[in-house]
Amino acid sequence: MPVMPIFDQAKCDGCGLCVTVCRCGALVMTEKMVAIIQVDSCGWCTDCELVCATGALQCPFEIVMSEG
Amino acid sequence: MSITIENLAKLRHFAGVENDRLAGLPQLFNQKPFVKGQTIVSEGDKQENLYFVNAGVVKIFKTSSEGKEQIIIIVRPGESFNDIAVFGSGYSPYSAQALGNIVIYWIHKNDLLPFMEKNWKVARNALAIVSEQERMLLTLIEDLSFKNVTGRVAKILLQNSEPGPDGFQKLTQYEMAAMAGTAREVVGRSLKSLEENGVISLERHRIVIKNKELLTQLAGLN
Ligand code: SF4
Ligand code: SF4
Repeated sequence: MPVMPIFDQAKCDGCGLCVTVCRCGALVMTEKMVAIIQVDSCGWCTDCELVCATGALQCPFEIVMSEG
Repeated sequence: MSITIENLAKLRHFAGVENDRLAGLPQLFNQKPFVKGQTIVSEGDKQENLYFVNAGVVKIFKTSSEGKEQIIIIVRPGESFNDIAVFGSGYSPYSAQALGNIVIYWIHKNDLLPFMEKNWKVARNALAIVSEQERMLLTLIEDLSFKNVTGRVAKILLQNSEPGPDGFQKLTQYEMAAMAGTAREVVGRSLKSLEENGVISLERHRIVIKNKELLTQLAGLN
């Protein structure tokens, strides 16, 4: 299952802006509430995090040291 | 759908203005939908319209001669852009692009200015907004020219590269910005430049440190 952005329902005000910018269809609006669907096509563009004014969406990066 | 006084009352420039004073204003406005990725304003264009986002989000950015992009601000519903051109030279100093499918309202300077002359509250709101934008731009200049943000981001990456008991450490761009004392937009640019120089690679939800030595140097830690 692909890792997806983290959604905090308590912070979401239902503005829907994240849904308008997402290019992979992972974010859907249901009854003034956002739901995240696990999709392989989410390229971690982080636009949903960028436009969310309440901090309800987070796209954290794991910081990894290269093996080589 | 036609623009109503209620629609306009939600725009920041008209906040606190009595509805009867806004009579006649909807007729001076235009609206248009834009699709994701579409350019609304290009840097250097003669543009004398004041634009407002009604639905969706607009990205305001500048592009360097090498094609590097610096996001300046994200404009959300009710907020405006192109104020600098409208109240100044008429030339847009930045580009504006639809981040998703959006609806934009606009009014031409020649219609707006006479209205502002008769409505002090609107003029006062416009001044407050331009002043806020100027403050934001000054902070951005300060961050880009005086703070070594890339160095700070390099240090943050190094300091968080050791896995903890729960696995790899994780940071969002907002968290890195807060740690580096800057805006998320500036962190985004630093990460991109580190990637372009082969110091890190961005692999979906992972930042892979490829050249620890160079990153350490950039962080000023050696
Ligand atoms: S942008 Fe943020 S607050 Fe708005 S609907 Fe999406 S998650 Fe909720
Ligand atoms: S990171 Fe980009 S593609 Fe993935 S859910 Fe957010 S907006 Fe959609």
